[in-house]
Amino acid sequence: MRWRSEPLWLIGAAALVAAVLVVLNLGALGAVVWRAEGSASLSSADWSALRFTMVQAAVSALVSVALAIPVARALARRRFAGRGALVVLMGAPFILPVLVAVIGLLAVLGRNGIVNEALVWLGLPRFSIYGFHGVILAHVFFNLPLSVRLLLQGWARIPGEHLRLSSALGFGAVARWRHIEGPMLARVVPGALTVVFLICLTSFAVALTLGGGPRATTLELAIYQAFRFDFDLGRAALLAAVQAGVGLAALLALARFTLPEGASTGMDRVAPAPPGGLAKGLDALAIALAAAFLLAPLAMVVIKGLPAVVGLPAVVWWATLRSLVVAGLSVVLLAVFAAALTAASLTRKAPEALGMAALISSPLVIGTGLFVLANPWIDPARLALPVTALVNAAMALPFALRALVPAARRAEADFARLSAALGLSTAAHWRLVLWPRLRRPAGFALGLGAALSLGDLGVIVLFAQTGSETLPMQMHRLMGAYRSGDSAGAAVLLLALSLGAFVAVERLVGGRDADA
Amino acid sequence: MLTLDGVEITLGSFRLAAALSVPQGARVAVMGPSGAGKSTLIGAVAGFVPLSAGAIRWQGARIDALAPALRPLSILFQDNNLLPHLSVFDNVALGVDPNLRLSAAQKAAVGQALEETGLSGLEARKPAQLSGGQVSRAGLARVLLRARPMILLDEPFSALGPALKRQMLDLVARIADETGATVLMITHDPEDALRLCDQTIVVADGQASPPAPTGALLADPPPALKAYLG
Repeated sequence: MRWRSEPLWLIGAAALVAAVLVVLNLGALGAVVWRAEGSASLSSADWSALRFTMVQAAVSALVSVALAIPVARALARRRFAGRGALVVLMGAPFILPVLVAVIGLLAVLGRNGIVNEALVWLGLPRFSIYGFHGVILAHVFFNLPLSVRLLLQGWARIPGEHLRLSSALGFGAVARWRHIEGPMLARVVPGALTVVFLICLTSFAVALTLGGGPRATTLELAIYQAFRFDFDLGRAALLAAVQAGVGLAALLALARFTLPEGASTGMDRVAPAPPGGLAKGLDALAIALAAAFLLAPLAMVVIKGLPAVVGLPAVVWWATLRSLVVAGLSVVLLAVFAAALTAASLTRKAPEALGMAALISSPLVIGTGLFVLANPWIDPARLALPVTALVNAAMALPFALRALVPAARRAEADFARLSAALGLSTAAHWRLVLWPRLRRPAGFALGLGAALSLGDLGVIVLFAQTGSETLPMQMHRLMGAYRSGDSAGAAVLLLALSLGAFVAVERLVGGRDADA
Repeated sequence: MLTLDGVEITLGSFRLAAALSVPQGARVAVMGPSGAGKSTLIGAVAGFVPLSAGAIRWQGARIDALAPALRPLSILFQDNNLLPHLSVFDNVALGVDPNLRLSAAQKAAVGQALEETGLSGLEARKPAQLSGGQVSRAGLARVLLRARPMILLDEPFSALGPALKRQMLDLVARIADETGATVLMITHDPEDALRLCDQTIVVADGQASPPAPTGALLADPPPALKAYLG
């Protein structure tokens, strides 16, 4: 039973946001199909792009989650100085701009990177980061930490009694694995695999910088190439339809697996002492290797880029300004979208599902569609920045809703009756009950939105011409022109802006702990 | 007088019928097995559970179509009676103005209610910084401040120890004396019922029985209550 009628304008606002999202996703695809003249067919290169997309996403998911298991187990059962910081760091790649990571990986594993210098010094042949394994490497860099955090939540939810029971019964490593850790992983791993698979399915910037060529092109990259180089709308439309179909199939698969809940960052309860000896050594090794794999590229970005920041050319600073404007606009749009859908989802299921659908929608498909729609009326280049902000907001929406909707539903379950018993108006209910409970997740969500928008290299490449680049796009240009000093400087700038924007927005919106 | 006139509640396959009246100023315990519908009955009076038939009247006027806040009652739930992000003062002040825009006189009234419930000096604290007993007192301060003709208690003290629970029951009795309120209290503990309530409603087998004297009822319980009490 509902004790408060929803104001009409609220329902209207939610419906409007829903319409924008549907038009953005389906309308854009429709526009591409509509403008595709003649009968296009998929070339053999397109088939291999489809194959590569699926294979790289599957391999990225398997490698990320497989490597995450020993790291998560070591983090779950060991206590050491800096453990908390390391767990927080595992969350950082999520807001790390793709290009910054790519530049870092190139500095370590690229042609003139540390590893290759060492190989040459040892008299061994150089190793090339470009192609299939480069794409996988970059995807693992981003998704290993995510997988570790997802699995850590699984470990954190093993009841303490089970751990104490296992030591009371004298379980060895095998028995513990068979009766406790194995069954837990069987529940958590499928969800983690699906999430990583979905994220890698729409990979664009990684494939653009480390992939390419007939053997390492994703569908997203193929759409971009069909559109930008051949202006073959028929093929772009067909590829977009394939991408949408693959995404939909993957989303339906995801619906069958449940994700671990919440944002617990590790367990701080009394557990039996973990095994020592060899197990301790292996745990230390897993943690050290994971930390080095994640930290070395970031350290290289800072070491190489910091001295170059001061001498950056003016175009980079202009691009920075544009990026900040886009991110600001994107955060405002995200706030409106998320607020409307969160409000509507208090009594319904549909708004949440709608927002989640953006998880599989392809920015390049949306971008192509909007370009086709806008082209007869207005020079698309003039829309580059607003369209980028809009698409960024839509892409960040699933993460925002994942943070906001459960918190809002919990607040409603706990306090709606109290609020009705005291006669709070809808406005007072939002101001006094819901907003204080939602501030922190809202701060996190909008901070994430700001960082994702600042670092995004996606739809902008379809629209922008010289003079309207964002910072990531300008960075990509500098990399393409082999200006490694400037691109490293821009990478440091982008890194600082993304992290800074995340922290600033989170603090500003989220405020202090309201219950303390 | 509170009258439940041919009330029927249907929630899925669950059904509860109640035809009874409670005199003004009475203190009535609501007892019965878990899942029998004690909270459902209180929820219906408070306006959180819809009726499928019948009427609820207070002093002869129907109240079953009114919004919860407009009914002549205050309710304390088992938990979540305080908003964790508001201070004790604001939590109590919600009882006078849900928008928290208080006049000087209203602020003084809130201070008075806090003093009477033994919370002076704790106004600025958040609920997380209070003990269990103090949380209960804050809820009761708001009940006192609202001074509605009925007080519904849905086991708000069930997590407290015996001594603290007795203190709270005595505080309820004092507030009821002061405001002349009728009290309806769900409880599992016959001692609670004996301490505060001269009458008891038994909810069992889909029926809420009319209030009967608590002492006699506990001395010679009907079969359903006997099975529950053991």
